[in-house]
Amino acid sequence: MAEQLSPDLRVNLCGVLLPNPLVLASGILGTTAELMERVAKNGAGAVTCKSCGPEPRAGHPNPTVLDWGPGLINAVGLANPGIDEAVEILRETRRRLQPLGVPLIASVFADSVKGFAEVTRRVCAVPPDLVELNISCPNVEAEFGRPFSLDPDAAAEVTRAARAVCDRPLLVKLSPNVTDVVAIGKAVVAAGADGLTAINTLGPGMVIDIESGWPILANRVGGVSGPAIRPIAVRIVYDLWAHLRVPIIGTGGVTCGRDVIEMIMAGATAVGIGSAVIQGGPAVFSRIAAEVRDYLASHGYASLNEIRGLAHARRHMEP
Amino acid sequence: MRDGTWNPELPLPMTIREVRQETPAVRRFVLDGSLTAEPGQFIMVWLPGIDEKPFSLMNAQPVTLAVAEVGRFTRAMHQLSQGDRLWLRGPFGQGFTLEGRHLLLAAGGYGAAPLAFLARRARGEGRRVAVLVAARSRQHLLLVDEFRTLGCEVYTCTDDGSDSQPPRLAPQAVEELLTSLRPDALYACGPAGMLDALEALARQYHLPAQLSREAYMRCGIGVCGSCTCGDQLVCRDGPVFRIAG
Ligand SMILES: Cc1cc2nc3c(=O)[nH]c(=O)nc-3n(C[C@H](O)[C@H](O)[C@H](O)COP(=O)(O)OP(=O)(O)OC[C@H]3O[C@@H](n4cnc5c(N)ncnc54)[C@H](O)[C@@H]3O)c2cc1C
Ligand SMILES: Cc1cc2nc3c(=O)[nH]c(=O)nc-3n(C[C@H](O)[C@H](O)[C@H](O)COP(=O)(O)O)c2cc1C
Ligand code: FES
Repeated sequence: MAEQLSPDLRVNLCGVLLPNPLVLASGILGTTAELMERVAKNGAGAVTCKSCGPEPRAGHPNPTVLDWGPGLINAVGLANPGIDEAVEILRETRRRLQPLGVPLIASVFADSVKGFAEVTRRVCAVPPDLVELNISCPNVEAEFGRPFSLDPDAAAEVTRAARAVCDRPLLVKLSPNVTDVVAIGKAVVAAGADGLTAINTLGPGMVIDIESGWPILANRVGGVSGPAIRPIAVRIVYDLWAHLRVPIIGTGGVTCGRDVIEMIMAGATAVGIGSAVIQGGPAVFSRIAAEVRDYLASHGYASLNEIRGLAHARRHMEP
Repeated sequence: MRDGTWNPELPLPMTIREVRQETPAVRRFVLDGSLTAEPGQFIMVWLPGIDEKPFSLMNAQPVTLAVAEVGRFTRAMHQLSQGDRLWLRGPFGQGFTLEGRHLLLAAGGYGAAPLAFLARRARGEGRRVAVLVAARSRQHLLLVDEFRTLGCEVYTCTDDGSDSQPPRLAPQAVEELLTSLRPDALYACGPAGMLDALEALARQYHLPAQLSREAYMRCGIGVCGSCTCGDQLVCRDGPVFRIAG
């Protein structure tokens, strides 16, 4: 048999070349330049920093993150050092990632349209390779009110304001906690988003300690992630791709190469990985990339383009 | 969270069997349950309605902690007594590994807690263990009797000389012991400044060293990124870090 060429894992995300489709999801390990560099060296195709906002935030008291078995639940509460320090961290991260050829995605949040524009403008000076608007954190509702991601008009307004000051490819991160996610996706794409990240955490959910009766998270409720939410993430990526055909970072419950392939068959361009880092630390990226490569090679595919959106072409026989 | 399998790591309640005042600031808590753990590993202790914080295991069977009162959470812990419950997750992190026949342990403050667990293991395997217990003053020297009972040679040093030795800082005392005892390996837990100085000494003397470090922790399971030390996560890659010497 002729020697097989190694499959090509590279993907083009809104004009940015990723060496492989695996993206470190925001809020996991993305706190320091050294740590993001380590994730990149361990095989990530892009890294997203922890969402940064206008002001420093201490976040919620502990417990903030729990492993409840089928997934995690978290209410970190957007703990972050504020935009001034975040810009410094991002500059240093960019300096370390550039020689590795691993793009940097800057995730931003704010509690107002003006705030989103301001934080976006500040991070663009770094500059990151892409900007991601986190309009969907479910854990700060008490302070911030309903996330922008729950309403198409609010989501579009934030996107428009950020687009006006953003010279990088712009992603908007969507919440699964809506009845019509496609309507939100359409609104933000019409307002100037180049691509989508889906999904943020599901919920909020609650885990109660039955010995004491206390909800375990100090915030009482938190966003659910990990394998428990994967079928929902896959369906949302599928629906968004069916209606929008924009690049999507499919995120939610991915822990292995099979899960990556599934997301791409639903229509994802790249695949976010967050909760799975508890299974082996930053080394999960190289492990999962190898599994993706093995799948492609054993199925005779030369690149991920050959399977992207494949599920859409599969239609049940007419009765 | 393990690849589809059902393996929750939720806080586990345990009841306090005994509380003992060890020094003016530190209390020992002996619980009614056990864990399988290595010396140097830590647990997250949850007091519902208050907070959840990291503590090293002083023993795992039964679970034993030595807690210094330094702030809101540890004050609440010091108000607990026999029969009260607390909840714990873990054990987490990389513990100490035993190397060499003759060990020198250096404990600063409540750093004596994980080193007492290590000393128990090392003595159980018949290794020779010398311990330096360091503190601000004599009354703060922690677990000296415990180390003696375990069969360790115990040395002390205080910042103010109240242990009737010349006043000196831990690194100076450790350097003296390195030259007089010539141990095969150094183990330490204490304030960051002390550990930095001991790391430098270990390199200078080409001695393998295992240092247990602290950082601000939230998740304890390597996802939140709040406990970094360079590119390392103290909760997952540490808290014990080894220097080849
Ligand atoms: C791996 C590890 C093992 C530890 N083992 C022990 C032990 O065996 N015995 C013991 O008494 N203490 C131990 N600590 C320290 C203990 O976690 C803190 O003293 C405690 O969290 C303070 O909480 P507080 O609310 O009482 O004080 P705070 O008012 O919160 O702070 C008092 C001091 O404790 C530090 N601190 C606060 N929260 C944390 C945190 N989550 N992680 C680390 N440091 C913190 C602060 O920087 C400050 O210097 C350990 C810490 C770590 C990281
Ligand atoms: C501890 C934790 C913190 C998170 N913080 C953020 C954040 O700051 N910004 C954000 O956009 N998403 C955040 N998320 C959501 C993740 O980026 C991701 O969308 C979600 O967890 C689903 O992916 P996963 O199942 O691979 O974790 C966080 C998730 C977790 C578990
Ligand atoms: S405490 Fe969360 S990564 Fe270490």
